[in-house]
Amino acid sequence: MALDTLDQMATRPKARAVRESQLGLMWRRFKRHKLALVSLWIVTGFYLVALLAEFIAPLDPSAYNPRYTYAPPQGIHFVSTDADGRWNFGPYVYGYKTEIDPVALRRTFVIDEETKIPVQLFVESKPYMLAGVIPMSVKLFGVTEPRAPLYVLGADRLGRDLLSRLIHGTRISLSIGLAGVTLSLFFGIIIGGFSGYYGGWFDSAVMRVIEFIRSMPTIPLWLGLAAAMPKDWSALQTYFAITLILSLIGWTELARVVRGRFLSLRTEDFVTAAQLDGASDWRIITRHMVPSFMSHIIAAATLAVPGMILAETALSFLGLGLQAPIVSWGTLLQDAQNIRTLATAPWLLVPGICVVIVILSLNFFGDGLRDAADPHGR
Amino acid sequence: MLQFISKRLLAMLLTMFAVSFVAFAIIQLPPGDFLTSYMASLAATGEQVDPKVIENLRAQYGLGEPYLVQYWKWISGVVVGNFGQSFEWKRPVWELIWGRIGNSLLLEGLAVVAMWLVALPIGIYAAVRKYSLGDYLATIGGFIGLAIPNFFFALILMYLSFIWFGKTMGGLFSPGFEDAHWSLPRIWDFLSHAWAPILVLATGGTAELIRILRANLLDELQKPYVTTARAKGLPEWKVILKYPVRLALNPLVSTIGWLLPALVSGSVIVSVVMNLPTAGPMLLRSLTTQDMYLAGAIILLLSILTVVGTMISDVLLALIDPRIRYGGK
Repeated sequence: MALDTLDQMATRPKARAVRESQLGLMWRRFKRHKLALVSLWIVTGFYLVALLAEFIAPLDPSAYNPRYTYAPPQGIHFVSTDADGRWNFGPYVYGYKTEIDPVALRRTFVIDEETKIPVQLFVESKPYMLAGVIPMSVKLFGVTEPRAPLYVLGADRLGRDLLSRLIHGTRISLSIGLAGVTLSLFFGIIIGGFSGYYGGWFDSAVMRVIEFIRSMPTIPLWLGLAAAMPKDWSALQTYFAITLILSLIGWTELARVVRGRFLSLRTEDFVTAAQLDGASDWRIITRHMVPSFMSHIIAAATLAVPGMILAETALSFLGLGLQAPIVSWGTLLQDAQNIRTLATAPWLLVPGICVVIVILSLNFFGDGLRDAADPHGR
Repeated sequence: MLQFISKRLLAMLLTMFAVSFVAFAIIQLPPGDFLTSYMASLAATGEQVDPKVIENLRAQYGLGEPYLVQYWKWISGVVVGNFGQSFEWKRPVWELIWGRIGNSLLLEGLAVVAMWLVALPIGIYAAVRKYSLGDYLATIGGFIGLAIPNFFFALILMYLSFIWFGKTMGGLFSPGFEDAHWSLPRIWDFLSHAWAPILVLATGGTAELIRILRANLLDELQKPYVTTARAKGLPEWKVILKYPVRLALNPLVSTIGWLLPALVSGSVIVSVVMNLPTAGPMLLRSLTTQDMYLAGAIILLLSILTVVGTMISDVLLALIDPRIRYGGK
């Protein structure tokens, strides 16, 4: 009996030394966090929409049509029954008919379930440039009937398609989040790195400045800075100015993270070893220290993106951020500021729902990344 | 303790000094000085300007002189309560803002109270009944509370109240009560208006507080002294409330310090959306019309109030936690 087990142990193949890259370990740990995984897909989806905005948006975001002001959302339907009661499959939207509101004596649109407008995939359109570089003339979906209305999420005050505007706004709002964090990261790594690696008076001065900035209420400060932007700046200039204003406060958090990492690594044995080997500061920082905490920095940066998006939305909503011809979630919500408008066209709140979904997903995704950044922990 | 407070006071004064610099920088940011815009606006309405008045104002604000001289003239006025002139309203800034700053302060203070009142029981419950249905609900609600932008929440509340009750929400008082003296009916009227902005303001912070309180309390509940208390036969509510909760509260007090800037920021936006007579809408308006002395004063006061609030929370923390009073930092 005992010999048998001994035999088995002897014949059992030796455990192979399995090696997995740091990235593989992180991915394995990240996958355990289901919510983070789902969030990753949602965030990826939103960024894809932002990238392919011109292709996905059925209409031009600034094309207005006074015949359909505040037209309600059509939605997209897939199953219809014809006169004989047979089922037909295929996407379509209902048309509109106008009614006179007996109280307000004003023309309102209601969905007309009699007229059905078929919706087709990959329809021909006017030629356009995808993301400004690839010439294309096909849209993901649309209607082929001339002059047929297509307002899946409804229309705004000028009869512009909310869905198309939302898709183009996604590009601006999401990219400003990334751009702001990139800029903050740039300042954060340089300032935080210096202060953490060298310490001393520079470190304490930087820490005081960070504490000071973080003790200020951000919105009044941002408003004050944004209001100083000249009114005649172009869309691109405003965009970059807003990014800069947002990262003026955003760098503090990232600098703190970077500094903390530098401080804790500075006394590690491998750093001392490198110093004794006569490696230069630059080499120690870039070859030994940065790779060992890059994942933490990426996680911290991800968690900073939602704040940036929220800030841009708030500024634009108040009218001091991005200005009208630029479409962002904030400028879209600006239309919903008035309660009367909101009562006639509640669908104008949809951009706000997008904000909530993206902020939530980015937060969960960032949390998952932060846990995964340390695959050997816990 | 005295030493601690005096140290913090000194730090606070330095911060205030820095804040005043930032506020003044914002006043100076727009191109041109304020007298030029003032005269332009007077000329546009066809009013006659006495050159002597202009000359006096120019001397008073030190326009055309170096930056530091201008700053000195401005700050020495601010210290005695002279914040300059609002050129849009043609009245001293202080007269315009003190009531509004008071309203802001009242609203933010009530939001802090609401945060604590809600977060305390929910946080304790979520920690004691870990992974129960209530705990999950609190966690989910907390995440949504953190993700929903203040102004969007306010918009939704206004929309729902309009659809369900046919009422437009907004303001802090009914028309009849605006200028009345404080009395019971006026307080009632105020509360019936103010609950909505307070709810909006408190949501994000409450979520944060619940999360921190729950985590702290979970750490404390595992410690041996809790088991000892139970073994001694103390009733369960006493076991939890008397020791672990008290310890878990300490970090919460310091949380107020960094929740405050967010709260002040939020109240600016919410006030604009809900049309509240606080400093927020006035700040926005003064910035769009480039009424810079008014805007600068509001930014300065809001920031200073935040700094003072943070300092109070620090002192409170030192009061309840001797480790902070005596230990180094």
